[in-house]
Amino acid sequence: MPPFTTRRTIRSPILARTDGFAVETRGVTKEFAGFRAVNGVDLRLEAGRVHALVGPNGAGKTSLFNLLTGFLKPTSGEVLIFGRDATHLRADEIANLGVARSFQITSLFEQLSALEHVLLALQSATDLGLRFWSSEGALRRFVPRGRELLGEVGLEGAADRLASDLPYGQKRALELAIALAREPRLLLLDEPTSGMGLEDVGRTIALIRQVAGGRTVLLVEHNMGVVAEVAQRVVVMQQGRVIADGPYEAVRHDPAVIAAYLGQVDA
Amino acid sequence: MSGRYPRIAMVVGSAVVALVLPRVIYSVLALDILLWALFAMSVDLLVGYVGLLSFGHAAFWGGAAYVAALLARDLRLAFPLAALAGVLAAMALAVPVGYLSIRRRGIYFAMVTLAFAQMLFYLVNELRGVTGGENGVQGVPRLLWGVSVTRPGDFYYAALPLVLLGYLAVYRVTRSPFGHVLAAIRDNEARAQALGYPTPRYKLVAFVLSAGIAGLAGSLYAIGHGFASLDLLHWTTSGTVVLMVVLGGTGTLWGSLVGAAIVLFLRDQLSSVTEASDAVTGAILIAIVLGFRRGLWRSLAALPARAVRRLART
Ligand SMILES: Nc1ncnc2c1ncn2[C@@H]1O[C@H](COP(=O)(O)OP(=O)(O)OP(=O)(O)O)[C@@H](O)[C@H]1O
Ligand SMILES: [Mg+2]
Repeated sequence: MPPFTTRRTIRSPILARTDGFAVETRGVTKEFAGFRAVNGVDLRLEAGRVHALVGPNGAGKTSLFNLLTGFLKPTSGEVLIFGRDATHLRADEIANLGVARSFQITSLFEQLSALEHVLLALQSATDLGLRFWSSEGALRRFVPRGRELLGEVGLEGAADRLASDLPYGQKRALELAIALAREPRLLLLDEPTSGMGLEDVGRTIALIRQVAGGRTVLLVEHNMGVVAEVAQRVVVMQQGRVIADGPYEAVRHDPAVIAAYLGQVDA
Repeated sequence: MSGRYPRIAMVVGSAVVALVLPRVIYSVLALDILLWALFAMSVDLLVGYVGLLSFGHAAFWGGAAYVAALLARDLRLAFPLAALAGVLAAMALAVPVGYLSIRRRGIYFAMVTLAFAQMLFYLVNELRGVTGGENGVQGVPRLLWGVSVTRPGDFYYAALPLVLLGYLAVYRVTRSPFGHVLAAIRDNEARAQALGYPTPRYKLVAFVLSAGIAGLAGSLYAIGHGFASLDLLHWTTSGTVVLMVVLGGTGTLWGSLVGAAIVLFLRDQLSSVTEASDAVTGAILIAIVLGFRRGLWRSLAALPARAVRRLART
C-alpha cells in the first residue's frame, strides 16, 4: 500500500478525520472483458459537500458508483471511504460505514409496501434483523419515523401500496426515502430525478439540498439545471476517465467538457 | 394485516381439525400428513420466503430420522429427547452444507443441495455397521418416560404438541424482523445489501432453521413408524416435498399443509385401487398445478372474496 500523502501526515488525526476526504480513489480501473469502463480514476470528494458526476451515456458513472459501493471490485486501484481502505469490503460492509446509495435502474422490493421499505431501512441500523424469534411488533417503533420519511418524499398516501404497483416517479421517490432513512454520512444518488415530472423534480432538489447539510453527496445527473442548482463541485467523466473537476461555472467553460458533450451530440 | 380475527379463527379451527383427524382417517395417515406438512413448511421457508429452492432437504429429514431412531432404540431415549437430538443433528449438518450452497442461486443452489443429500445417502448406505445399510434402523420403540404411547393413536396425540410447536416456529420466523429481511432478500438481494444487510449470513441462518424444522418432522416420522430407512434420504423424498410446496403454493405455509394432505391422501386412496397409483397420482397433480398456477392455497383462499364480488354485482 502506498504511504499516506503529506497532506494527511501533517494534520492531527482528529482533523484529518473530520475534514479529510469522504471518498478517495487511487487509479481505480474496471475492465469488462478487456474494455475499460472506468480508467485510472483519482476521485476526491470533500466531506460535507455536494458533488455532481456528469458525462455522456456510457462514460462510466454508474460503474464508478458500483466501485465505490462494493457492487463491483476494481480491476486495479484503491478505494478509500472516510480514510478506510474499502477496496475489498463487501457492499453491506461499505453501507455500514455510513454510505447509502440509490440505483439508476429502480431497485426495490417488489412485493413489499412502501412503508415496509423504509422500515427495513430503519431497522438495518439496529441489531433486530437477525432476531428470528422476535415478533414483528418490534418493528412498530420505526413506524412514526417511517411515515415521516415517506411524507418528506411525497409518498404519504402510498404507504401501504406495493412497490410493484407504484408509478415510476414514486418508485424513484421511494429509492430516495430508503437511502435517507439510513442517515448516511455519504449519499450516492444515481440520476434521482430521471423520469420525474417537473413538480417532483423540484421537490427532490429541495430535499437533496435540505438533507445535504453535514453530509457528502455525489449525484449523477443529466439535467444541468439541477446540477447548477445543487452542486458545489462538478466532476465530468468521459470514456472512463475524469476529464474535468471543479465548480460548475469553471467546468462549464472547460474546452474538454464542451468537446465531450458536442461529441455526444454528433454521435 | 387486515384480519386478526379470521387468522385466530383459522388457528383454532385447525387445532380442532388436528384433534379429530385420527377419528376421520386412520391415525398413521393423519400423523404422516401433519409431519410431511411440517417438512414442506421447512422447504417453503426457503423457497417462498428467501427464494432458495432446496432439492436436498431429504438430507435433513432423513439424517435427523436416523439420529433419532438410533438414540431411541440404543439409548432408549424418550421420543421428545430423541427428536431434539435429531433437530440438533440436522442443524449441525446444515451449517457446512448451507455455507457452501447459499452462494449459488436458482438451479445451481438446487443442484448443490441435491449433491450433498446424495453424498449423505451413500454415506449412510456404506456405514452398515451403524445404520443397518439397506435394512435401515428397525425396532425403534416409542418411549415417553413411562407413559405408554406405543399404539399409533396414542402416539399421534403425544407428538401433536411438538408438531404444532414446529408450525408455530416457522410462522413466527416468517413474521419476525428477520423474516422481513428474508422477504427483502427474496425480492432483491443487492438492494438488501445496499441497506447494510449481510445477506449471506441471513440466508445461512434461514437455511439452518429450515433444516432444524425438517429434522423435527423427520425424527417424529421415524419414531412414529418405528424405523428409519434409506427411503427417507432418497432424492425422491426431496422431490416429493418440493411438489407438495408447489402444489399448495409457495410463501403461504398453509399451502404446505394442503399440498401434503393431497399428495398423501391420493397415494393412500389410489394404492388400494390401482397398480399404477403413482402414475395416476402424478397425472392428477399435474392437472392441479396447471389449473391453479398460484398454488391451491392462494386460489382457494381467494374464493370467498370472489364469491362476494360476484354476489355484489348481481
Ligand atoms: N456489467 C457490465 N459488463 C459489461 N460492460 C458493462 C457492464 N457495466 C457497464 N458496462 C459498460 O461500461 C460502460 C460504462 O457504463 P456505465 O453504466 O458505467 O455508464 P454511465 O456513465 O452510467 O452511462 P449512463 O449515463 O447511460 O447511465 C458502458 O459502455 C457499458 O456498456
Ligand atoms: Mg449510469
